[in-house]
Amino acid sequence: MLWDALTLQLGYNATLVAIGATLLGFAAGVTGTFLFLRKRALVSDAISHATLPGVCIAFMVMVALGGDGRNLPGLLAGSALSAWVGLLCINGLTRRTRLAEDAAIGAVLSVFFGFGVVLLTVIQTMGVGRQAGLEGFLLGSTAGMLFADALIIAVGGAATVLLVMILRRPMLMVAFDAEYAAATGVPVHRVDLAMMGLVMAVTVIGLKIVGLILIVALLIIPPVTARFWSDRADRVVLLSGIAGGLAGYLGAAVSASAPNLPTGPIIVLISFALFALSLLLAPARGVLAAVLRHRRFQRRVHVRQGLLALAQGQEVYEPYTRRLLRRAGLMRADGVATEAGRARAAKALRDERRWGLVRADQTHEAAAAQYDGLRDIETVLTRDQIDEIDRRIGPPHEVRA
Amino acid sequence: MVELAAKQGVRPTDPSVQASPLAIRGLTVSYNQKPAVFSVDMTVQLGSMTAIIGPNGAGKSTLLKAALGIVRPVSGQVTVFGRPLEKQRARIAYVPQRASVDWDFPTRVIDVVLMGLSRELGLLGRVRMRHIAKAMDCLNRVGMHDFADRQIGQLSGGQQQRVFLARALAQDADLYLLDEPFAGVDAATEKAIIAVLKSLKQAGKTVVAVHHDLATVTDYFDHVFLINTRKLAAGPVDEAFTAETLQATYGGRLATAQIDQIAGALG
Repeated sequence: MLWDALTLQLGYNATLVAIGATLLGFAAGVTGTFLFLRKRALVSDAISHATLPGVCIAFMVMVALGGDGRNLPGLLAGSALSAWVGLLCINGLTRRTRLAEDAAIGAVLSVFFGFGVVLLTVIQTMGVGRQAGLEGFLLGSTAGMLFADALIIAVGGAATVLLVMILRRPMLMVAFDAEYAAATGVPVHRVDLAMMGLVMAVTVIGLKIVGLILIVALLIIPPVTARFWSDRADRVVLLSGIAGGLAGYLGAAVSASAPNLPTGPIIVLISFALFALSLLLAPARGVLAAVLRHRRFQRRVHVRQGLLALAQGQEVYEPYTRRLLRRAGLMRADGVATEAGRARAAKALRDERRWGLVRADQTHEAAAAQYDGLRDIETVLTRDQIDEIDRRIGPPHEVRA
Repeated sequence: MVELAAKQGVRPTDPSVQASPLAIRGLTVSYNQKPAVFSVDMTVQLGSMTAIIGPNGAGKSTLLKAALGIVRPVSGQVTVFGRPLEKQRARIAYVPQRASVDWDFPTRVIDVVLMGLSRELGLLGRVRMRHIAKAMDCLNRVGMHDFADRQIGQLSGGQQQRVFLARALAQDADLYLLDEPFAGVDAATEKAIIAVLKSLKQAGKTVVAVHHDLATVTDYFDHVFLINTRKLAAGPVDEAFTAETLQATYGGRLATAQIDQIAGALG
């Protein structure tokens, strides 16, 4: 069943949902990265909650005008409008009052959402009958997704990604160093508004699939996931898009593979699974790598300190150091250095002296920056450079047993 | 242009304003109705190296930020090479304080320097070999070319400061504004930075830096601008950097002994 879902063989609706969710995930991941790097991720939460009153008002207006209240483009236009008003409220509160942004976000989010819920109740008592479906925008509802709905997501997502690509340079500059960006003439405030506008666009096109409460997960979790894998902004953007797209695709497939599995929440859970995997397994920033790195570092520190003690004829007391040295065949059980241990100790002491000169010499600055007390000097300097340093140190001296 | 300047209240006929790389008239900047800079005039000499000096909280950085249009003044005009700031952005380079950015940001040293070329690149321009070559050349000038591929968080404080300077160099500006470039940097960095600044002066560029170390003012700079919310003195170092002006600027905050010592060093 899951396999059929993954290969898009579960029928027309499931295929539409899977394609739509993939595109939405990609657009959200790419756009969300800039918000994350600008350290304003939570603004997306306020924007998404602020869509609800717009959806309801659009519904009421369309019904009042005698149209179909559930016309999707109409509802999305309404949601975009009220999200924009919410965004301007946050901006105004932050810029013109002494409220901090988190407080402004909290105020706008709850007030707009509360107002939206009131409107939902009003619509239910209006007796229009066909109001059913508006609640679907809270957590997404993919059951009755139409080709036209998928088309809106595809076109909207593509347009958003295109605009992000056009604005990526100023957005990154503002995210990294807003003052410098302003000094070079980048209109920081307008770039920020454009970024929020793009986030709003993603939110609006995501209402149908994941809903307004959970869209924030697709905007924030993929960038955080991607950050584990790269130190370069352009790659983080791309990886985040891929992580979001993958979560959308897998989530849609999983939810289609069994009855009564909600699409939006499953997408969010898959997205979280990708995050958890990255948190654990990422090579440089992952938790596992950090633990292993620390253990290896600790071993090297102990061995190095032990060798330097041996080189200076001191006793090695610490049990862990003794164990490591013995296991490496550098020290006998009675605490006396072996042949190999003496050679390594002499080398360690000599390297210490070499590093001392390197670090005092400005021409070796790049090499000196790599000094950590452990690194073998051969990995940093060429043979010739080391010979030159050795000439300045003088002849080596033996370590006595 | 003349019209614009006239509208902003700057007399276009004033030769000091016309010729000056940076002319500020009647500048007041306040945070929450407390002026950080009050009614300050400043005329920077073409080709000079000017130190902005004053105690903590005297408005030194604010003055610089207002000159760059980063903070909005309550009143006052800024002209750059005789024209309004907005028209002269390409001729100004800014080196902000190192503490102003998040150094865990996912970007490499070379990417930061390439930001200095953003005006040249525009929105969609591709980064080409000649841009990379130029960025590498700027890194070379501050002695950081070996670090081009490092993530910026892996650098020491002094190295980060030099990368910021390289980014400003990439702009090929005529006026360089630096906010505490020597704050908390190692000796090697201080030497590298001052060498670059002096080479800029040699090339006819103008350098203005917020500076906190009174002991090195005479070695590094030829002009000073003393500020403590108000302007207290300005001019060539040997005229404006004296025991009296320092006392006026720092008040009781600078021990008399310290002032005497500096005045003694000045001869």
